[in-house]
Amino acid sequence: MKQKMKKNSYGVVGKIYCSLIYAFLFLPIVVIVVNSFNATTSKPYLSWKGFTFDWYLKLFENEELLQSFQNTMIIAVCTTIMATIVGTLAAVGMYKYKFRGKSTIDALLYIPVVIPEIVLGISLLTLFAKISIPRGMFSLILAHTTFSIPYVIFNIRARLSRYDNSIEEASMDLGANRLKTFFNITLPVLAPGIAGGALLAFTLSIDDVIVSYFTNGQTMTLPLKVMESIKSGVSPDVNALSVLILIGTALLVVLTQSGILKGKKNM
Amino acid sequence: MSGDKKVIVEIKNINKFYGSTNQVVKDLNLEIYEGEFLTLLGPSGCGKTTTLRMIAGFEEPTSGSILIEGQNIENKEPFERNINTVFQSYALFPHMTIYDNIAYGLKMKKAKKDVIRTRVMEMLELVQLGGFEKRYPSQLSGGQKQRVAIARALINQPRVLLLDEPLGALDLKLRKQMQLELKRLQRKLNITFIYVTHDQEEALSMSDRIAILYNGVLEQVAQPWEIYEKPATKFVATFIGETNLFEGYVSEIKDNEVTAVIESGIIQGEGDTFELNEMIAVSVRPERMKYSLSPVEGFHLEGVVKEQVYVGSILKTIVMIGNGNEIRIERLAGESLPAEGTVYLYWESKDAKLIHTADHVFYQAIENIQMGREEPV
Ligand SMILES: Nc1ncnc2c1ncn2[C@@H]1O[C@H](COP(=O)(O)OP(=O)(O)OP(=O)(O)O)[C@@H](O)[C@H]1O
Ligand SMILES: [Mg+2]
Repeated sequence: MKQKMKKNSYGVVGKIYCSLIYAFLFLPIVVIVVNSFNATTSKPYLSWKGFTFDWYLKLFENEELLQSFQNTMIIAVCTTIMATIVGTLAAVGMYKYKFRGKSTIDALLYIPVVIPEIVLGISLLTLFAKISIPRGMFSLILAHTTFSIPYVIFNIRARLSRYDNSIEEASMDLGANRLKTFFNITLPVLAPGIAGGALLAFTLSIDDVIVSYFTNGQTMTLPLKVMESIKSGVSPDVNALSVLILIGTALLVVLTQSGILKGKKNM
Repeated sequence: MSGDKKVIVEIKNINKFYGSTNQVVKDLNLEIYEGEFLTLLGPSGCGKTTTLRMIAGFEEPTSGSILIEGQNIENKEPFERNINTVFQSYALFPHMTIYDNIAYGLKMKKAKKDVIRTRVMEMLELVQLGGFEKRYPSQLSGGQKQRVAIARALINQPRVLLLDEPLGALDLKLRKQMQLELKRLQRKLNITFIYVTHDQEEALSMSDRIAILYNGVLEQVAQPWEIYEKPATKFVATFIGETNLFEGYVSEIKDNEVTAVIESGIIQGEGDTFELNEMIAVSVRPERMKYSLSPVEGFHLEGVVKEQVYVGSILKTIVMIGNGNEIRIERLAGESLPAEGTVYLYWESKDAKLIHTADHVFYQAIENIQMGREEPV
């Protein structure tokens, strides 16, 4: 009986604690979502003046914002593809083959991850200027690919650390040649790691501000555009945009989570 | 035993180097017969896995050849050899169900769906895993995974099955049970098993023949009882079971009774391929060692009881003889043995196994010559 009471009081405290944490995490999001439907028209757009969809409509009339969104998407997709291919091959190669200086190369991989982004931004800018790569879409893709590759490698490597080489031998032993073994065994087993790496590269690219700021030239990405527009208070159309992105990400997360869960069951 | 059986795997003069100096298999010759259970036994690092991998095709011999059913398989990739392997780590495909794991070999052969279905179900039945086909490897216990690995390797009906310490990761009880099951399977399917283990008990109880490897050299190939009763080399004598080893030279031969002089006296044993003055080793198992409290007629070694230990049903006694060597005696507990004092050790000639060690002397002689010393004796 006593035991039960104790448990219950723990339960209540636990519930309050949890609620606080979730309130802390989700309150800002709630504010954004609510404000994106706020009918106010005077700065700083904070007092509630009734419900409206106007900001969403306005959003789709804002050519510049839409253009920057398109740029961001193109850059993110290209970055994801490049970083994933390069990263996967590098990770598998570094796992399978022994070569001189391997441990040094391993260690060097952490540098792009740990150096401050601002340093990376400046050095990329200098480099692009030196070798005369015009600043724009292309330089942005290169820059984003640069900082994404290590993350892709780390992600796949985490998977490889539990990878048992003998399953490839088992596959060949059972009559599959090397190509079939790669597609039947190696790739599917590494797939969750590759997908995770790709997703990471995609998100890193989408919301990058600092490196993009140095390397964009005239090309505007969405984060840069948002930064620019909030100089005069957060206008509700940016809120609306945030809500749309929020929904997009949530969908992506739900999709990949269910995919990963499905995959995890048999790993 | 060898005369009437068909050879299925023939290993001819195989040498294997890793790098330019590290030789792990040395001039290996071995014939394996159809339907037999042959075990490669030896201490860790002696080259068992390497030998198996050369047969499977994952490793290339530096020199020599391997013939399967009379055919040289040198240029055949692993996926072109009609041999399958059960890996020590199971190596099940984690992203496939048990069904797909077992079906893999047949799928690669492009067998028809319904054929695959029947065969997989047969294999599941064979390894007593009916009803597990929808599970994933991560949802099985160690013993169950092992059985899936065996079913998967057997589905293509290989002529030869290679097993690399397949029971190494299982606990003792499960291992004993799986040993029996494996043996039953092998008899039932009449497939040649080449089995790797470093567990001598496992080897002795399961094999038709045992091949003992030491430092990449094949020391002896024989039936289990022969390996135990008639070890061909000093290494085999000491590696299989416990034994007392004496080294000396032949001083007298009468019929097949050989007398040898060793450091601490004169001893006798039986053998018929020995020559006068030849260097030999004499192996006497602890359970065959006899003792007396007073000097016996014929040969004996005098010693002092040093220690006595009960190991369950067995009483182990250690006696120190003249040159400081320790001799082990084993008796069923209950039989009394003096716990201290002087004893006289002897044995029946037929219980002592004589081993040629001339080779070793020979090698030593060569070594000495190479090092610029004079040839001994
Ligand atoms: N790929 C390799 N490169 C270099 N040396 C190797 C390689 N594989 C094995 N060796 C060496 O070859 C020797 C024999 O190895 P092997 O794996 O055949 O031993 P084993 O008899 O199977 O031992 P265990 O009972 O421990 O499995 C060992 O000394 C090992 O270090
Ligand atoms: Mg091994």
